[in-house]
Order: sequence, then C-alpha cells, then structure tokens
Amino acid sequence: MRLMPKLVCCVLNLALTMLWIPAARAELVIEITQGRASAIPIAIVPFQWHPKSQEIEDVAAIIRANLKRSGHFNTLLPTEMLSFPKTEKDIYFRDWRLLKQDYLVLGDVNYESETGEYVAHFELYDVYQKKKIMSYKAQGDKRELRGVAHHISDRIYERLTGIPGAFSTKIAYVSTTKERKRFRLEVADADGYNAKTILESNDSVISPSWSPDGKQLAYVSFENDRSQIFIHNLATGKRQMIAGFKGINSAPRFSPNGRYLAATLSKDGNAEIYVLDLGTGSWRRMTRHYGIDTEASWSPDSKKILFTSSRSGKPQIYQVELATGDVERLTFEGNYNARAQMTHDGKYLILVHQAERGGDFYIASLDLRRGSTQILTSDTALDESPCISPNGSMILYAANYRGRTILAAVSVDGQVRHLLPAKFGEVREPSWGPILH
Amino acid sequence: MQFSTLSKTFALSLLLAGIVGCSSDPKKDTSDAGSDIRSDATATGGIDGQDTDDAMSGMPEMMTVYFDFDRSEIKPIARDTIEMHAKYMSMNSSARVILEGHCDERGTVEYNLALGERRANSVKRVLIASGVSPDQIETVSFGEERPSMPGHDESAWSKNRRVEFKYQN
Repeated sequence: MRLMPKLVCCVLNLALTMLWIPAARAELVIEITQGRASAIPIAIVPFQWHPKSQEIEDVAAIIRANLKRSGHFNTLLPTEMLSFPKTEKDIYFRDWRLLKQDYLVLGDVNYESETGEYVAHFELYDVYQKKKIMSYKAQGDKRELRGVAHHISDRIYERLTGIPGAFSTKIAYVSTTKERKRFRLEVADADGYNAKTILESNDSVISPSWSPDGKQLAYVSFENDRSQIFIHNLATGKRQMIAGFKGINSAPRFSPNGRYLAATLSKDGNAEIYVLDLGTGSWRRMTRHYGIDTEASWSPDSKKILFTSSRSGKPQIYQVELATGDVERLTFEGNYNARAQMTHDGKYLILVHQAERGGDFYIASLDLRRGSTQILTSDTALDESPCISPNGSMILYAANYRGRTILAAVSVDGQVRHLLPAKFGEVREPSWGPILH
Repeated sequence: MQFSTLSKTFALSLLLAGIVGCSSDPKKDTSDAGSDIRSDATATGGIDGQDTDDAMSGMPEMMTVYFDFDRSEIKPIARDTIEMHAKYMSMNSSARVILEGHCDERGTVEYNLALGERRANSVKRVLIASGVSPDQIETVSFGEERPSMPGHDESAWSKNRRVEFKYQN
C-alpha cells in the first residue's frame, strides 16, 4: 500500500510509452539455451482472477518466463505444484519445501468495472523462514496487463537479487527480409512482445541508440543513398536529420547524462569521433588521427568516450577524455576488438572480439583491472552490435545462427544464453532502452 | 556533339574489350554487350585508325576492384583497373564517378561503414595521382549494408569487399 503513489507514476509511464503505437509487428521468439547452475528455485502460483470471467492474461506465466530468462531463477511449472494457495492461510510451507522451492509468489487480479482497470496484487514468501517478505500492488488497463506483469517481475527480481529488474524496458532493433530489401526499425518490450514499427524503409537502417529518458531514438538511415543520422521522437513520430555532412555520418550515441550525442563523421576527411552538444547544437571534434575512429560509447559517468580505432593497424579499443582530449589504448589482446561498451560498474568492457586473423567473431568481456579477455559466446557466429541491458546483467547482440541473422543474449558472466530469432525474416542492430522510473 | 562523343566511347570500349579479351579470360557479358553496338562503333571511331592512347579513353569494363579483409590498400591486381579508369576520366573531363565502398559482413557494422569509405578513398587517391580531377570523383560508403553476393563464406565475402565505379550518365 505504501508503495502505491510511486506505482501510479510507473503505470502512468507505461501508459505514455504506449501512445505511439501504430500496428503490431512480427515479434521475437525467445529460446533459452543455457541457464545458471546456481539459479534460485521460485514457485509462482497462477493468479486468482475476480471475476474469473475477466481472466485475459496469464500474469503468473509472464512473470515465470521473465524470471527464468534472467538465468537467476528456476521456476516451477503449475503442473508440478501440489496446491494453488489463494491466501497466506492456504499455504503449507512444508509442501513447497518438499518441492525444493526457496520462494513462493501468490497473487490475484481484481477487475474494477467503474475504471476498467485491473489491479494486480502479489505477495512474496520465503519458504524456509515461512514468512511474507514483500507485498505489492500494480494496476493498468487491458493493454497494460503485460506491463503490470513485467513490473511485478522487476520487484521480485530486485528483492531477491539486489539488481534492478529490466523486464519493463523496451528494446529497439531492425527487422529485414532475407534478401535485405525492406527494413523496419521496431521497438518492442524486452521479452519481444508488442513490437511496433517506428520506421519502414527500402534502405538500411542501423545503429539505433536510445536517449536516456527513453523518448528518442537516434539512428543512421541510408534512405538518401548515403549514411545520415536522424533523431526520432517516439511520442510524436517526428524526426530530424542531425548529421548529413559530406562523407559518413555514423554511430550516434546519447551520453548517459542526456547532454551530448557522440557520433562518427568524416566531413573533415577521415572518420573521427565528434560530440554534439544537444543544448547548443555545436559539434566538437574529439579525435585526430588518419586511422579509422568510430563506434563511440560513453562511460557511465559521461566523462569518457570509448571508441574503436585502426590507428595501430587493426581495430582496437581506445578511450578519450571529454575534458582533456587525452587518448588511452585499452585493448591489446586479439586481432580485432571493436564496438566496446563499459559495464555499469566500470570494471569490464563488453566488445566484439576476434582472437586471431581468420578466426570467428565473438562477444567477449575484458577485465580492465586484470587485462584478461573472456569469450562469452560460442553457439552463434559473426557476433556483432552488443549492447548491455540497463541493469547491467545481460548483453543483447546480433549474430548468425544456422544461416539466419538473429538477436541473441548472453549474461555478462557468460553463464546464461538465449536466442531471439524473429518469427519471420531476419533481425539485427539491437539497442536496449533505459529503465524508466 | 553529344552523340559523337558517346559513340566514340562505345567504339573504344569495344576495342578495349578486344584487347582485354585476348590477354585474359573472356567475359561472356562483355562480348554480348559489345555486339549490340558494333555497327555504330565501327561507323564513327573505328575506321580512321585510333592509336592505343586514344583507345584507352574508352570506358573500362572492370567496374569493381576488390580488397583483403580489413584492408583498404589497393592490391597490385586492382591497380591496372584503376589506371584504366584514370585514363578514361582524364580524357573525358565531363565524366563523373561515384566510388562506392563496401565490406563483407564480418566485423562490426559501424567499423565497416568507415572501412568502406577508406576503400573508396584509396581508389580516389590513385585516380587523382593519375591525373583525374578531384571534381570528377565522389565517394560514398555502404559498409556491409549492400553485399553483392549473398552467403556467409569466403567466396561471398571476397566479392563483397569492394569498391564499385558508378559513372553518372
């Protein structure tokens, strides 16, 4: 109850993000290929609906799928449960211990006919302590029920792992045909549902990048037969070309503090990193080298920019300090290191890595303190475009899998893996949106 | 005026086709294209005996040069092709070309966009060094976005790491 006011804000947010819906699009399918050995066992009992006739979404199943996908949890199927308790007094903790469950979730959804809203309420129990450790309420209309389930998943996830949940977030990606003749920039829920087309084009769209407030997407479109950077307002559908200089206009990335947009321009002769001050509209050149400098990525504090440079002869990761312009090389191991992003704690770089010439391309993490590289993927090929989830736990990337271009995800420690192919066609260029409070 | 320049070009390209055809493997497509314009060609330029230099002002047939993985240096084998384009463009000052740089699908999307531009610029530099005016040349990069060959192996990749000469009318 205490949490209600904050919650209303969240529900409001949810409603706002759904305003720019045109038509539903081809969605992603998630196949979990590898989980964590140390996953926490949790049972989510099917939610009770009042009235029963209003049961239109399996909220418990959505929560189960979310928690399982994170790799931190093993979820018990309803068919494996011994009972479906409705309230605290119906719980026999011994049964759940017998089923080797550490946690138990009960919930109900009440339909309020006056407002047309669904109020979901849930309780989280610690099976061994035999006590309630969390109680929570969330509400929304029919269209927002999946969002309500994601929100509940976020609460449970954060309570039990200490990491903020990212189930309520959005992802952007580009879907295309096998022949690459038609391109759609789409935005969907983090679980691949509710895909909406933002832009449709006969030419490539690449490099979508979210503004930190989740209201805008920057991307590169080839619709004018050359690369140009656009910023697209998701609520209004209006967009603006912000870089259409001579040469390439590429790799836009909003700074985490929302003040800048880094990008690659070659207007002065060669691919260099520039920073656009979004307040003044002025560009500032950050790098100066005859090699390729591209793929800017901000440090979490918005003070440094990581970038890929071929200045040593092969692509390696460097960083430039925004204030001083000082450049430092960060990767030394491997033939090809590119498109790096720093983890939220600043300890690791996540990047595309090719160990030796002619070898495969994988997603890898570089421990900045120890200098050691760990390859995180193995079942996909031609891995590219990695982006870290806004809670820092998963990496979404594009890859080739059995001859198709699909999205795939791997946890930052490499233990959890899933594949996210499109139901139809191919999908690439993922970008994970922010957590909105 | 327009017509005669054009026919001359065709005539010379035919002549060139002959030269290339003798020295290397004959390309089926080119000989077919040549036969369509044979009568025009012989009528204008062919009879009064062009010397070799003039012959080189015909539009070259090889419209693509290829690169090694992650490289933008011109390979020796590509140099002749670029030289032929340089001669053609020097002798046809109205010729305008867009050099389109492309990459194979390996490596990252944005790095490849920059690499494609670098490849186009390498070709541009050779053209300029060979006397072509910079005003005749534009460059554009499509990175790995527009492969010429589908497929996920070296046979496709080797065809996709390229710069294409796209003459503008």
